[in-house]
Formats: sequence, C-alpha cells, structure tokens
Amino acid sequence: MPEPLLELHGVSVHFRRGRTLLRAVEEVSFCLELGDVLCLVGESGSGKTTLGRVAAGLLRPTSGSVRYRGQDVWHLPANAFRSFRRAVQIVHQDPYASLNPIRTVEDTLVAPLLHHRIARNRVDAVERAARLLELVDLVPPEQFLPKYPHQLSGGQRQRVSIARALTVGPELIVADEATSMVDVSIRVSLLHTLRRLREELGVAFLFITHDLAMAKYFAWQGRIAVLYLGRVVELGPTPSVIGHPLHPYTQALLAAIPEPDPDLTRQKAKLLLRSLDIPSLANLPSGCPFHPRCLHFVAGLCDVERPLLDAVDGQRAVACHIVQQERTGSDALQSRREAPTSGNDERLSLERG
Amino acid sequence: MSVHNTLPRRQRSVLGLVAAWLADLFRHDKAGFLGLVSVVFFVGLAVLGPLVVPEPGKPDVTKIYQPPSLEHPLGTDYEGRDVLTQVLRGGRSIILVAVLAALLSTAIAITFGSLAAYLGGAVDSVTGLVTDVVLTVPQFPLLVVLSAFVKLDRPWLLALLIGLLSWPTLLRAVRAQVLSLKEREYVEAARALGLSTFHILFREILPNMAPYIVMSFTIGVTAAMYAQVGLYFLGLAPLAGENWGIMLNLAWIRGAIFFKNSVLYILAPVLAIALLQLSLVTAARSLEGLFNPRLRES
Repeated sequence: MPEPLLELHGVSVHFRRGRTLLRAVEEVSFCLELGDVLCLVGESGSGKTTLGRVAAGLLRPTSGSVRYRGQDVWHLPANAFRSFRRAVQIVHQDPYASLNPIRTVEDTLVAPLLHHRIARNRVDAVERAARLLELVDLVPPEQFLPKYPHQLSGGQRQRVSIARALTVGPELIVADEATSMVDVSIRVSLLHTLRRLREELGVAFLFITHDLAMAKYFAWQGRIAVLYLGRVVELGPTPSVIGHPLHPYTQALLAAIPEPDPDLTRQKAKLLLRSLDIPSLANLPSGCPFHPRCLHFVAGLCDVERPLLDAVDGQRAVACHIVQQERTGSDALQSRREAPTSGNDERLSLERG
Repeated sequence: MSVHNTLPRRQRSVLGLVAAWLADLFRHDKAGFLGLVSVVFFVGLAVLGPLVVPEPGKPDVTKIYQPPSLEHPLGTDYEGRDVLTQVLRGGRSIILVAVLAALLSTAIAITFGSLAAYLGGAVDSVTGLVTDVVLTVPQFPLLVVLSAFVKLDRPWLLALLIGLLSWPTLLRAVRAQVLSLKEREYVEAARALGLSTFHILFREILPNMAPYIVMSFTIGVTAAMYAQVGLYFLGLAPLAGENWGIMLNLAWIRGAIFFKNSVLYILAPVLAIALLQLSLVTAARSLEGLFNPRLRES
C-alpha cells in the first residue's frame, strides 16, 4: 500500500505566553493523497493557520508527527527535509505582505528557479517564470515580469504568490485564506484558477478558510475538517458535511451563512447557541470544548468527558457525545429534548448583527 | 492597463536608474541634490586636494597670524603657513579614516546583527553579550587610554580602533529591524521555497533596510570624524602631517584664539567639518528615493 502524501498524526501545538499555555492545536490527525482537497474551516483562533504552518513544515509541532510519504519530517536528514519543504508550498492570506516590496515579479519568481537549478540559466528562468504567470492567468506575462508588487492589484499579487509557489513544482499547496482578502468580484476567478491548477497539475490542496461558502465552492469533491479551538470536531466529504452537518458547531456555522435574500435569511432556521463567546485558548472548558455554547449540552457528560473523533458511516467522523449516543441508540438525547437540563439555553443566534 | 505598462522588458540598468533618480532629485528635492553635490565636492577635495596643492605651506616667521589677504585668503598660522593650503590638504586623512571606520562598524553591525536576529538562540545570546560589553565601555576615554599604548600614526590603525568601538548601537537597531522583518510572510514563503539563509538575509530582508543602513553609515562617518578630531585636538594622536584636527589643536595650543585676525583661521576647519556633516546627512536622506521602488516613479 502506497504511503499517503502527507499525514498529520496526533499533532498538538502549544505556545507559551508567559505563564499561560495556549493550546492552539490539540491532537489533530488527517492525511492527504496527491490531488486531494481538504478544507480546514473554523473561526479565528481555531488553529487553522497554525495547522497550515505545521503542514508546510514551517512550525514544529509540540507533539505528534508530520509524515511525508511515510517519513517523519522532523526526523529527516537535512537534504530530505529540504525536498519535503519544496513539495509543500504555502500561499498566504495577505496579498500585501506576501510579496517583497523591493523585488520585481521577475526577481521573485526567478530566485527559486535558479537556486534549485530548475532553470539552466537566467534566460531559461525568465522563460519559465513567464510560463508560470500564464498558468495563473497573468497575461501577457511580459507585462507583469518587470512590475513591483505595489504596481499590482490584490488579486494579481495573490496570483504572483501562487506562481511563486508553483516554481518548485509542489505536490501540496497550503492555501491559508488565500482568497479571503481580495475583493469578492476577484475571489471567484481566483478560486477558478486554483481549481484548474488542481485539475491540470494534480496538486493537492489544504484549503484554509473561515468561510463555508468558499469551502463548498472549492472543495466539493474533497473533504472538510471543521476546527473548533484547535480540535477537529467534524470531518467528512464536503457534500455530506454541508448537506447534513452532524456536529452542533458545524450546524451553527452553516446557519450563520447569510443568504443574499434578506427574507430568506430571516426564514432560515436559526440554529442557536447558548453563548456567543469563544472560550479562551489559555483556559479551555473541561470535557467537550464546545459545551458552554452547545444547545444539546448534557450536564455530567459533555462538561466532564472529552468526546473523541469517532467514525460515523465510514467516511465521516464527529467528536460529539450526543451524536454518538444517538447512533448507539441511547435515549439521552430524547430525554433532553423533553426536559431541558437548565434554564440557561437562551436563544442566541450566531447571525452577525 | 495604462500606457506606461508597455515599456520593454528588463530596462533596468543600474546607471539608468541612478541617472533617473538624480534627475528626479534635482526636480523635487533641491536640498538633497545640493547635499549630494557637496558630498561629491568634499570627497573630490579629499582625493584631489593634495594634487591641486602639492606642497604643504612653507613656514615664514615674518608672516605669523596674518589677516586674510589676496595671497593668504584665510590668513596664516603661528608659523606663517597659509591656512587655505592646510584646509584643502587637511580633509584627506580625516575623511579616509572616517569612511574606513564607518565601513568597518557598519559591516560588523549588519553581519552580526542580522545573523543574531535571524538565527536566534546561542548566536543571539553571545552577540547580545558582546554588544552590551562594548556598549558599556566608555569609548572616548578608552580611545584616550589606548592612544597611550598604541601609536596612532597610521590612518588604518585609527580607523580600525574607531570602527571596532562604534558598531553596537547600529547592531542593536539592525537586529531589531531584522526581528520584525523576518516575520513577514514573504520571508516565510522564501523559507518554504527552500532558499538559502544567505539569500533570505541579503536579498530579501536587508535590501528593505537599505535607506536605514545608508543613514546609519553616514552617522557612523560623522561620529568617526568627531572622534578623530577630538583625539587630535586633545593631542592624543601624533600631530604629524596636516589635517583639520591638527589645525584645531595648533590653533588652540599656539594661541591663535587670542588674535582677532585669526578668526577665519580657526573657523575654517570647524566650518569644513560642519559642512561635510550637513551635506552627508542631507544626501543620505535623499537616498531613500533610490532604494524604495514605490518612491522611484514620479
């Protein structure tokens, strides 16, 4: 059996801030094959970016392993680690910070081509850089090569970032909110370009976003992992996660997507949370980290025991006591519905005001 | 796409860039342009001065402390030597030593400051420790003490001493800037691309600090000039040959300050030093336009 391209196994990342310990990522596992798409979805502070940096080999996890073609990358000899790093490239969120302001597009693209001897000489490198620009729909390339970043629009810069990532022929691209800071009008065409790259070049994508609509658009053939406070709470193929969300948090996220039609938004079933506050990473709630906000909260279970990410119908996995109980035929959920456990399930909606 | 985008590919020769910048400077920043011209003038003077005036002034006891005249536009000194000759010939060693010292201290500061910030860990700790030690040593007194042991009669020796003592402030500033710049996303992208540490430091990070480094270099030149002139003025460096520091020392020691006729004599080296400093600083500030592509187009 061939080894997966990239496998994260029980990855945790903790940061120290003075005396407090921030658990940014806790026990996350997933794997990616060549050509796969996995969307990491979650609110800010859920550990998406941290996880992306771990996947790209830019950050060493506190515990757990990152395996590239079956080998733990943090125990690789320097040479093999470098080839891993080339195989996984990252496209950042901010198109204004991800390109060096004093280097032209040509400088930016040619440097890695020459450094890794992908191009024979400068002329060849410029030629290849031009082809890459065409690949990311910056045509005609001669017009873009001599430009400085400040002469480009946000969307164009983001395309240059993508071209830069492609210089080294990556197998996986970590797109960290790559489309969230460009104008909505540009976003779709940028997504199109990314999708075409996936189809034409067979590049795998780890697509990080806070926007489920983006995930739906980009990763319909792929999978979605929903992150909450550094933990994966739900993982499964995009159509089923979006069509039938199981975890209460995923349900709340989906309900929070505003519809273009205000009437429709009002009619939409308001999925409710008990609290709008995201708990602090420095002081995580006991048991299930979602329990202070969860409508289906069962005292004595959810706030005591941490739910594990358990498989549900083969391809999906959910970390929720209630869902698991439902599946094992327990009547806990039913009894909870008849007699709410406490009076504090105030009806708060997730909708942004 | 607007019209100016249709320029031919790769039309970026360094000479063309500098010429365009000079023209732009002349149009938009007269003070900077003037500063640059006068820096060129002073450097030219340092190089060519002794060629234009090949002979040091001859002592003439009958013409001591003469007022300015056609023959001696700035008067004469205690031995009757022409002051203008001394001013013209006296810049060379001062400027040479100052530039050498500033080059040395800037090189040390940039290399170790950026390495300390980028690599962190033990490299950073050791650099920090050495920097703090050198920074706490009072520099001028140390130079004074050293001059008792080392004969500071060779320009390079003086430059070496001054250079070795004056890097800590700049090193700290460079370190702080690199610390901030290395967190930029384009640096992270360069790391992910597997580019070398050398490339990341010297091609991605440091060019972003170029205006700052040039500014610090000129401040280094300034400080080295003051240090030298101070040493000569206090008589701690051998008073051999001619330079602005020695002129000041002799004017002080031999009593020129008591002669009304010698005002220009005393002021001449002081003015030369002050003007050079002023033009250096003005010129350095205008260099920003050369390094920042955003400012380059008008």
